[in-house]
Amino acid sequence: MNINLTLILQSIAMMIFVWFCMKFIWPPLLKSLEERRAKIAEGLAASDEAEKALAAAKAEAESFLKDARNQASQIVDQANQRGTQVFDDAKQEAVAEKQRQVSAAEAEIQQSANHAREELRQKVAALVVAGAEKVIEKEIDSQTHDALLEKLIAEI
Amino acid sequence: MASDQTNAGHEAEQTASEYIQHHLQNLTWGKHPDGHWGFAHSAQEAADMGFWAIHVDTMFWSLLLGMVFFFLFRSVAKKATTGVPSRFQSAIESIVEFVDASVRDSFHGTSKLVAPLALTLFVWIFFMNLMDLIPVDWLPWIAAQSGISHQKVVPTTDVNATLGMSVAVFALIIFYSLRMKGPGGFISELIMNPLNPKDLGMPVIFWPFVMAFNLILELVSLLAKPVSLGLRLFGNLYAGELIFILIALVFAAGSGYIGAGLQALFGEHIPAFYWVGAALAVAITLWLNLKGKLPTKRTVLLLAIELLLIGGLAFAGGQLMHFGWAVFHVLVIILQAFIFMMLTIVYLSMAHEHH
Repeated sequence: MNINLTLILQSIAMMIFVWFCMKFIWPPLLKSLEERRAKIAEGLAASDEAEKALAAAKAEAESFLKDARNQASQIVDQANQRGTQVFDDAKQEAVAEKQRQVSAAEAEIQQSANHAREELRQKVAALVVAGAEKVIEKEIDSQTHDALLEKLIAEI
Repeated sequence: MASDQTNAGHEAEQTASEYIQHHLQNLTWGKHPDGHWGFAHSAQEAADMGFWAIHVDTMFWSLLLGMVFFFLFRSVAKKATTGVPSRFQSAIESIVEFVDASVRDSFHGTSKLVAPLALTLFVWIFFMNLMDLIPVDWLPWIAAQSGISHQKVVPTTDVNATLGMSVAVFALIIFYSLRMKGPGGFISELIMNPLNPKDLGMPVIFWPFVMAFNLILELVSLLAKPVSLGLRLFGNLYAGELIFILIALVFAAGSGYIGAGLQALFGEHIPAFYWVGAALAVAITLWLNLKGKLPTKRTVLLLAIELLLIGGLAFAGGQLMHFGWAVFHVLVIILQAFIFMMLTIVYLSMAHEHH
């Protein structure tokens, strides 16, 4: 409890420690703190910016996607249309072809039928003539009877 | 009565008041009345030295702790990175930021000195106060083993240390007052406050009386600053230290009491088989609990009874009281360091301001 020299020595010691602190401790520590604060602020700003950029990029991508989707659907529509058209064309062509072939066949059939009918008519005429010859048992004038025969064949 | 089993007294015949006084006596080195310099061997010798004496223990521990502060913070300051800080760096930085915020809040001015001063005072005083939590007998006992008669390990329980710091702060107050206000401004602040004769419209003939009155008031309030600053810290820590010493004393006296009971039973020397048996009993109780053959609740009860029988309960009681007071004292330690720092900041802020 005695006041003595210790008091003054303690004062001096304190001054020295404060001076050390002022010289070697406080400035570097505070500098690093300030720098880190600036760095963090910078980082936060950068992250804000990046967020904004990300949003912009997202919007852009969205619009790209939309465009692409539109284009794709357009293309699909066109293709569908074209497909339908091709199909229709082909169908029409096929129908026409069928028609054509059918008519050709019909014509041929008609022709061969005509031919057959003609042939038949000749043969029938010959037969009739032969028959009539047999019935009459005498030569008939074919020329006089031809008209008669023609009429007969037409009736068959 | 302290028995020889305690670590409180290294001299067998030591009364309670001797024990306390021994703990409150600094290791003093100084000029003896007969003119030669040397250590004081008793409180009387230390007192006879008067002013020319140094409390070696106070200086040793305060310088040591100041260096601990310096190298601790310097090691961080040297490799302080602006990147991700290590845990230790974060801890140091949080203290620095706390001090920095306190200074920014309370100090209205620009000064390169105040913030480092506040940091140094806060951490240094905290470290010095922290010595109070080391059980009061440990370091003095070690010192006694190495032949040092007295050892007071908490520098802030020495009024020289606390007043030394507050006087240094006072010098700074005066220095800044003179620098910021000029000698004229400083003197006018002392004599024209709180009653300003000019503003009161007094005749000039009364001015000297009013000025003298003001000077007395202002000088008292000026001198009260360092005195209250130093004595507040000293008083708090001294009282805390004293309570730790009293607890240590109670613990020592308690085990002495039971020791006396054992002596009544066994005579002067407690036979070895008693200690062996006691140790075995405790060991067996613990072993049974460990093997799961004894419920923990019953183990605790059994151990308490055994310890009471052995005479160790007083030891446990003393430790509990020491712990309880230490928990409370932790608050005091931090609070007093903080108050010293804050008041220093405020005083220096006042010295910077014009009225």
